Formats: sequence, structure tokens, C-alpha cells
Amino acid sequence: MAKKSRSAPEINASSMADIAFLLLVFFLVTTTIDVERGITVRLPEWSEKKTEQVDMKKRNVFSVLVNAQNQLLVRSELEKIENLREKAKEFIMNPNGNPELAEAPNTAIISLKNDRGTSYETYIEVYNELKAAYNELWDEESMRLNHQHYSEDLPKAKKDIIKLKIPFVLSEAEPTAYGDESN
Amino acid sequence: MSKFQKKRGKASPAISTASLPDIVFILLFFFMVITKMRDTDLKVQVVVPQATELEKLEQKTLVHQIYIGRPQQRYQAIYGTAPRIQLDDKFATVEDIPLFVENHKQTVQPNLRNRITSSLRVDGKITMGIVQDVKTKLRKIGQLKVNYAARHRAER
Repeated sequence: MAKKSRSAPEINASSMADIAFLLLVFFLVTTTIDVERGITVRLPEWSEKKTEQVDMKKRNVFSVLVNAQNQLLVRSELEKIENLREKAKEFIMNPNGNPELAEAPNTAIISLKNDRGTSYETYIEVYNELKAAYNELWDEESMRLNHQHYSEDLPKAKKDIIKLKIPFVLSEAEPTAYGDESN
Repeated sequence: MSKFQKKRGKASPAISTASLPDIVFILLFFFMVITKMRDTDLKVQVVVPQATELEKLEQKTLVHQIYIGRPQQRYQAIYGTAPRIQLDDKFATVEDIPLFVENHKQTVQPNLRNRITSSLRVDGKITMGIVQDVKTKLRKIGQLKVNYAARHRAER
């Protein structure tokens, strides 16, 4: 019987690197690093019933209309998108107790209505500004209460307190169809 | 001392490449984890608009994509230039959305199904009409979590 060699023969691992490299190259090529981002929205539930008209106090409603020419009508006044954020913030918080603006942040409602001919870009921009207004208010509130920026690190309980004080209420009306593109 | 010297041969020892696969594997795993397979072949032109208030989409398995845009140049002879919907690899209509969403739902564990998100990748230049139709359809089938895909824009 042949004596067993004491050291086991080394397995040639040089091809292992080749295999791994091949896989690596494959993933390098197929990879796209950028993560998907976007504006997250929760749509309202669909109901067949006609929703009954709820009478809102006029001062609590911040109506934003966007027409097919991408012009903005904010509370019956022509407005630029650049000013929308400041306007919305002022409306929600109403720091000077203006009787025309919202009674309190938690009674404020933003009503957004667009046309079928509104460009998607404008729509997103308007939505973004309105969301930004709330984000800024949340941040300010968070700094006041917790001395901490409103971010993902903030505990959920603290977030909930802020969101209860300044709830994001945006209602979207069925759009008008004046400027619809003929398909 | 001589005991050790005996083993050493005359030729210089080869550099061991045994650890090379390990290094490469680490790189490989890194890319495997962060990878996202290249998007489906786009048949519609989509340049998503810019925005600032963006949120990340966390779990890719819980997301399905709905593309809306004008057909690419090479499809315009057949499909025209009016905005269209693309689901998976095909042109589709609003009526195809329920089945598409349902098919995706089947691949997701039941306890996670309420976290499924529709990512609307819509071209910035098209009008809201078709987007509205899609939104209405999604509401009707109870798929309420929606994400409007957008690129990041620095604050003004």
C-alpha cells in the first residue's frame, strides 16, 4: 500500500478567479446604481356614490387650479409657481391671524384641480411645491419641539405628533377637460 | 533549523492566488446586492420631470412600473404620436392595467401585498389626460399606493 502523502494536493483555484470575474463583469454591466425616487402619493379610494357636498368654510380651503395653458389660479388669483410654496405656508400656519386664511393648521385643506390638458411637468411641479410647503412646516415644527430636523431619523411617535398638528390634506378634484389632447 | 530549510525547494515559490477569488467575490457580492437589472426595453419616450421632495422606493420586488409617454420614433408609424401606456414590454391600454397589477400581486407574499407601489414613470411633456385615466383605473382596482417617478433637482 502506498503511503498517503502527508500534505493534501492543493486544488488549483486559479480558474475560480476567472469565474468570479465573469460574474462580476456581468453584474457591472447590468447594474444601474441610481435608486428609484419619486413623489409618493396615496390615492383616495374609489366610490361609485356621488360624494355629498361637504360645506367647508371658505377660509379653510386653499384652492389651486391649473389650466391647460399651465397657468395657476390660487384662491381666485393668478399666481406663479415660484410663489406657491410661500403662499401655501402662510395659508396653513396663518401666523398673523388673518381672517382670510386657515383657522388652524389642522383645519386647512388644499384643493388641487387640474385640466386634462395640463402638462404632467407642471402638475408634478405644483404637487411638489405643495408637498414642500408641508415638509418645511414639519421641519420648522420639529426644530421647535425637538431641536431636530424632520427626517427619517426622527422617531415615529414624534413624527405623528407633528403630523397630527399639521396634517397633509390634499384633495384632488376630478379634472376638467377643456384642453384635452385629441387622441 | 535545518528541519525548516529542508522543505524549501530551489525554485522561488509561486505567489499564491488563492485569495484572489475571495477578493473578487466580495466585489461580486457588492454588485449583486446593489444591482437592479436594466429596465425593460422602452417603447415610449420617458423623461421624468424634476422635483425636490423625493422619497426612495425601498423594496424593488414590491414595485411595478407603468410607463406613459409618446411612442419612440421607430414605433410612430404604427402607433402615432399620442401618449401611450407601456406595461412590461408591450404597448397597453388602460384596460390592461388591472390584469398587470394582479399578476404582479401574485408574485408577492400575501402579507406584503398592501405595500405594493405603482411607480408611474411619466414623460414630463405629455398632458394629464392619460395620467388621469390611469390614476382613476388604479383607484378603481384599489391599488392606491402610487409613486410619481422624478429626478432630483437642486433647490431654487
